Amino acid sequence: MAKPAIITHPESLKNPAGPSEYSKHPVNTSLTKEAKIALYTKMARIRHFEQRCIRIYQQGKIGGFLHLYVGQEAVAAGTISLLGKHDHIITGYRDHGHGLMVGMSMKECMAELTGKVTGCSKGKGGSMHYFAPDKNYWGGHGIVGGQAPLGTGLAYAVKYRGEKGSCFTYMGDGAVNQGAVHEAYNLASLWDLPVVFVVENNGYSMGTSQERSTAHPGCLAKRAEGYNMAWDMINGHDVYEVRAKTAAALKRAHEESKPTVLEIFTYRYFGHSMADPDKTYRDKEEIKEYRDKKDPVLLFEQELLGEKVLTPELVESINTAAMEEADAAAVFADESPEPTFSDITKHIYWEEDNRSKKSTSSGTIIFE
Amino acid sequence: MPIISYREALRAAMRDELKRDENVVIMGEEVAQFNGAYKITEGLLKEFGPKRVVDTPISEAGFIGLGIGASMLGIRPVMELMFWSFSYVAFDQIVNNAGNIRYMSGGLINCPIVIRGPANGGTNVGATHSHTPEAILASHPGIKVVCPATPYDAKGLLKAAIRDNDPVYVMENTILYNDKGEVPDEDYIVPIGVADIKRVGTDLTIVAHGRAVITSLKAAEILEKEHGVSVEVVDLRSIRPLDEETILASVRKTHRALLVEENKPFCGVDAQVAYLIQARAFDELDAPIGRVSSIDAPQIYSKKLEDLQLPYPARVVEAALKVLA
Repeated sequence: MAKPAIITHPESLKNPAGPSEYSKHPVNTSLTKEAKIALYTKMARIRHFEQRCIRIYQQGKIGGFLHLYVGQEAVAAGTISLLGKHDHIITGYRDHGHGLMVGMSMKECMAELTGKVTGCSKGKGGSMHYFAPDKNYWGGHGIVGGQAPLGTGLAYAVKYRGEKGSCFTYMGDGAVNQGAVHEAYNLASLWDLPVVFVVENNGYSMGTSQERSTAHPGCLAKRAEGYNMAWDMINGHDVYEVRAKTAAALKRAHEESKPTVLEIFTYRYFGHSMADPDKTYRDKEEIKEYRDKKDPVLLFEQELLGEKVLTPELVESINTAAMEEADAAAVFADESPEPTFSDITKHIYWEEDNRSKKSTSSGTIIFE
Repeated sequence: MPIISYREALRAAMRDELKRDENVVIMGEEVAQFNGAYKITEGLLKEFGPKRVVDTPISEAGFIGLGIGASMLGIRPVMELMFWSFSYVAFDQIVNNAGNIRYMSGGLINCPIVIRGPANGGTNVGATHSHTPEAILASHPGIKVVCPATPYDAKGLLKAAIRDNDPVYVMENTILYNDKGEVPDEDYIVPIGVADIKRVGTDLTIVAHGRAVITSLKAAEILEKEHGVSVEVVDLRSIRPLDEETILASVRKTHRALLVEENKPFCGVDAQVAYLIQARAFDELDAPIGRVSSIDAPQIYSKKLEDLQLPYPARVVEAALKVLA
């Protein structure tokens, strides 16, 4: 049996601020100036979209839960920026950032939040259930860890079809104690599936800190060793580092058809969801520390200003454009129609939605 | 027409579909090297190889979820549960994921997955291995559930399930695996959602599914011979979709209905069927609807008592005579 690859040590994650030591990594030096600007723009778009969501939520236009990605942008941006045609993505309920990264429009994302028929899921999924299978994005899943076996299955399908691809299966740090995740780990390793499990460790599973939730806290990725899987830890405030280390996992999936667990250290600035007053389990100083010193968007901005890729003027115009795009999405969501009453019973069964002469089943399938 | 067993009929369905569609994969605990815990998949590994017939670890939430994920990309997994009782550790995958993804994605994704295996009591294995979750699962929109009672229906329904683009859960019965019947060699399907009149009669309609159909047919024989009663037996075959019209047509003919199932009574399939009959054929009824279910307790281990806990012909006869009184 191959020895699991252990690549980093948590000590290196302690002081992530400052110029990135990964700027010279080939996966980053190969980025054109335009590609770097585009990556920064995508991170800024996620930030401004999410911040616009807060206002709409406070206006009472978003029902249910709203789990914001603010502070975690470099995780989705860094990992997804590496993916190609046969690479797939699935995540939990904090799914907006991934959706925007794969190319979903702010309009369809915003309209889904307000439950409109123009939403990506036609107002049937909500914040936790974004889907864009045409962009290899398979959701958007509400039950903690429930997406881990699905992602493993997507990777199984990729391998079955002989494609050189992968499935990036994201989860939060709270998911690592779910049985489904461990079962997925075992199958992925046992069957050499090209899946990359990305644990977005923001320190808290809802309001429960890692110390209070997880045996052997401090390093969740190491659990991969129990399944003979490679693992790594990543400073999720540095998008260059995310890309550099994720590239190795992607290569392992593509070249060896083997899984990896990546634990990416990140931080969310807002509560678990908007329903969380965020007053009981962490102090404001901690949040301020991250905002001031480890903000992934600002750090990358500094990096690119230093590289002379960005100028202050360009930064301003990118952020203004992102804000305006989010504003336009909010207007679109506002003005879009609601689904109709008859939509309640559509999209339940493929066969009912695609009735034809070839349909074989009959009988009552929607009951009164 | 060849006479084969229910077990062989299921195997024939899988063999046909493995040949027909390269995306069909058989997956489950002991389905390959061991040739199946109940030998349903015997010989398939040898014939189709390890890419198409895959042994899984004992890890239902994991491998069922994996199958659902693969189905979203167009693979058509036919997953064997050694017992449907084991589905309970994979419930989130079976219900929340397979059952909801199409809806929550506004129709962008579908899950053409089949999960099959035995769902029955009566085998002297105790409560944990004797669950009959057809009513529980059929209560979730997005899921289809079928329960074949005969070898012919087993082959035809399983083939229809594998070709279906929605999740179809096929609930079999270990006690029926050795039952034999006429099954064509050639390709056919039994359409999902079409009930079958297994015996034509005029005085009483018995509605049943799964092994309760066989029990009801035996009871109908006794009722005919010993009581001169003509019983019609409607085999639902499919729980969701439900062939309401066939049930209603039979009740309108006989004016009396007895519902027989191996479920426990509370919220069983027959609760839905009884609601249907009173809602749409109330004036046709000459007597209150009768019902025979398993006795309402966790499945008992004792063989002698378990045989009494499940519906058996004499109990069905007794209940039928009450409806006929």
